[in-house]
Amino acid sequence: MNQDAVASNRLAILSRHLCAEQQGSVWAGVPQAPPDGILGITEAFKADGDSRKLNLGVGAYRTEEGQPLVLSAVRQAEQRLVADGSRNKEYQPMGGDATFCQLSRRLAFGAECPASAAGRIATVQTLSGTGALRVGAEFLKKHYAVKVVYLPDPTWANHGNIFGNAAGLELRKYRYFDSQTRGLDYQGLLSDLGAAPEGAVVVLHACAHNPTGVDPTPEQWQGILRVVQQRRLLPFFDSAYQGFASGDLDKDAAALRMFTSAGLELLLAQSYAKNMGLYGERVGAISVVSHCADAAKRVHSQLCAVVRPMYSSPPIHGAAIVVKVLSDPQLFGLWRQELAGMSRRIQAMRTALKQALIEVRCPGNWDHITAQIGMFSYTGLTKAQCQNMTNKWHVYMTMDGRISMAGLSGARARYMAEAIKDSVLSC
Amino acid sequence: MFPALALSMQQLQPAASLPLLSCLRRAYSTSGAAAATNWFSHVEMAPRDPILGVTEKFLADKNPDKINLGVGAYRDDNGQPVVLESVREAERRVAGSHFMEYLPIGGLRDFVSESVKLAYGDDSPVVAAGQVAAVQSLSGTGSCRLFAEFQRRFMPHSSVYIPVPTWSNHHNIWRDAGVAQNGYRYYKPETRGLDFEGLMEDIKNAPNGSVFLLHACAHNPTGVDPTPEQWQAMSKLMLDKSHFAFFDMAYQGFATGDCTRDAAAIRIFIDDGHRVGLSQSYAKNMGLYGQRVGCFSLVCDSAAEAAKVESQMKLIARPMYSNPPLHGALLVSKILHDADLKQQWYQEVGVMAARIKDMRGLLRHNLQQLGSPHNWQHITDQIGMFCYTGMSGEMVDTLAAAHSIYMTRNGRISMAGVNTKNVARLAEAMHAVTKEAKM
Repeated sequence: MNQDAVASNRLAILSRHLCAEQQGSVWAGVPQAPPDGILGITEAFKADGDSRKLNLGVGAYRTEEGQPLVLSAVRQAEQRLVADGSRNKEYQPMGGDATFCQLSRRLAFGAECPASAAGRIATVQTLSGTGALRVGAEFLKKHYAVKVVYLPDPTWANHGNIFGNAAGLELRKYRYFDSQTRGLDYQGLLSDLGAAPEGAVVVLHACAHNPTGVDPTPEQWQGILRVVQQRRLLPFFDSAYQGFASGDLDKDAAALRMFTSAGLELLLAQSYAKNMGLYGERVGAISVVSHCADAAKRVHSQLCAVVRPMYSSPPIHGAAIVVKVLSDPQLFGLWRQELAGMSRRIQAMRTALKQALIEVRCPGNWDHITAQIGMFSYTGLTKAQCQNMTNKWHVYMTMDGRISMAGLSGARARYMAEAIKDSVLSC
Repeated sequence: MFPALALSMQQLQPAASLPLLSCLRRAYSTSGAAAATNWFSHVEMAPRDPILGVTEKFLADKNPDKINLGVGAYRDDNGQPVVLESVREAERRVAGSHFMEYLPIGGLRDFVSESVKLAYGDDSPVVAAGQVAAVQSLSGTGSCRLFAEFQRRFMPHSSVYIPVPTWSNHHNIWRDAGVAQNGYRYYKPETRGLDFEGLMEDIKNAPNGSVFLLHACAHNPTGVDPTPEQWQAMSKLMLDKSHFAFFDMAYQGFATGDCTRDAAAIRIFIDDGHRVGLSQSYAKNMGLYGQRVGCFSLVCDSAAEAAKVESQMKLIARPMYSNPPLHGALLVSKILHDADLKQQWYQEVGVMAARIKDMRGLLRHNLQQLGSPHNWQHITDQIGMFCYTGMSGEMVDTLAAAHSIYMTRNGRISMAGVNTKNVARLAEAMHAVTKEAKM
């Protein structure tokens, strides 16, 4: 292009831009969304320059040195995958890899599950736990007559977004956390579920309740099962911590298996984010246990029909790692060990924190720190106290008082105890 | 309770009750306890996906010479899936070198900024000014879905104008997002080309401020693209009408072999002052199909507005999947950042596009050699992975049943499934089903 042409071209572009400015973008009225209550914490933590800062926000495991951890079993599995020149990157079926689905079912429901053997469980690979919950919620919205979902009070903040805003179901709460005892409000729970309309969906945390860390005892689970049966409720288990809570995969699946053995229809959202440390690879599964195999086949097709207009098919990488780890006896054994190790460290942190709180003579009863289980502890700190924790002590946590024990190290337990004591006394 | 249920089922649908009865018996005996509910008995089998269902049928066929021309995944001349060398190398460098931590809700920032530059141009003023709100997404499907949800929230009561025909999943996406759909004329069966007059008329007749879905290049399923001049005219008219242009770009690099040329339509619109929306996919051009990597972007008036828009994009993503998958984004980022890898990738895309072009030529040539009475010029006129052959649904059925050749029922074939080993047999079969017919 010669100079004149360039100049007149520029002029044309400029004048078009000016006209466009007058036209205005259609998004002028779009408001700023608030930062995510949980994921926003990590952003704030990263921006903090103070060397004493502690990230106890998002539930991602950290080593004693405060580092993220990729499990050896996972690394080895990944290396084998990448080295395998015969592998390709083709689309998975909408429901994901069939072997992955089968192995996930076996992991959650157990190798001897009659419902699984009878073909009554439809399983579809999803984008971790969030994806499983969302696919399940959309499926229920379309195909289930009762559009009411009961969530425990409190629960993971994203549950409300997934079931409520996104899927458009009616949300109700059932009592769960007792702020007096910092344990389970068992009678309140039974009462609320006992009054639920027939067929209502009940979200149950399979183990290691998030955010409270308070789990029902086996006897209490029996009681919950009874009321679910009596009211003919539809359980929707959220299992994000299998193996993480007690260190034992089977123990952590006990509640789910109790309900399945009782012959109930139910849903299960499974995540490999924490127990395999596959966070960012987004690996999970949704399972629907139906009355019979014929229904399960139809349910499976409808789960796929939800997936197709959402993301067509799930990502391959994380699922391939899971298949390798679950199907190779050596890798599986290594994984179980590493899982138990992570669980042990978290339990050790609970002990260390409680010990430190006693040593600094922090007022109050801190038994719940060791009574609660899993990655999180509901400290009981108020919002004002939490803000003090962050603003004065650079301890990042969610404003409901939840801390991720996985983010604590033995070396920082004392500092944490001092911070809690100061917050309790001054706010 | 169950006998009563079974009886009433029998009254309504005698055939349907029998499997129900037998599965009741099975449920009692195998679960060890009565299944007290049967909440999903009424759930119907979902219809087979028109595209993915083709592969299922293909896989079930025992004929060793069967040909799969269904889904748009690239195949080499031996009919094998391909992992690009640039991708393999990127993967060797990436695997083992990263933690697997959660990405931010909006994805890998590096990946997003490189993607935006790839689509809008390295020198694009809107990119430089920070006007592009963008998030990593789950390939093209995920990007379109994010936009459809965004449209429902922030352009409530708007509908989307979708070309006739289009990729079948577009209909599912906007439907599930709760946005009404209209069609606009696009494909002209008589010419097997663009119905430009119809298209312009529909743009003109749509109420001002309508949302139009445009395929940036290599239209799926027809392979028919507007010329640059036609794009210019569409852009001007859409500007006059204050229409919103949403581009679906799933084949950048694949259409002509040149990434810049394939994005020309988007750049024409941007230059004209449009604030476009864009869905980008790396499924085909980087062969990352199963990794699910894409980017959803909206061009805003200012960086401040883009920040707000991006925050709302994240609000949609969080209750869908929380944050996008890491691995594929790392691969794309590695390739686009490294000058050598990027160069290698450009070459490999060029090779894929060239092979497809060659197959178009061969197929047309073979049909002509067989003495077909029909004009097959559209095979070489059309561009990208797909060819809209013009064959009817019945012809497609015969091709599957009698010749073990599989394609979607709209007569669309994936040229990527054609190779030097099967093109002769394909031409013969197409000739056999079309020679007596009017086309």
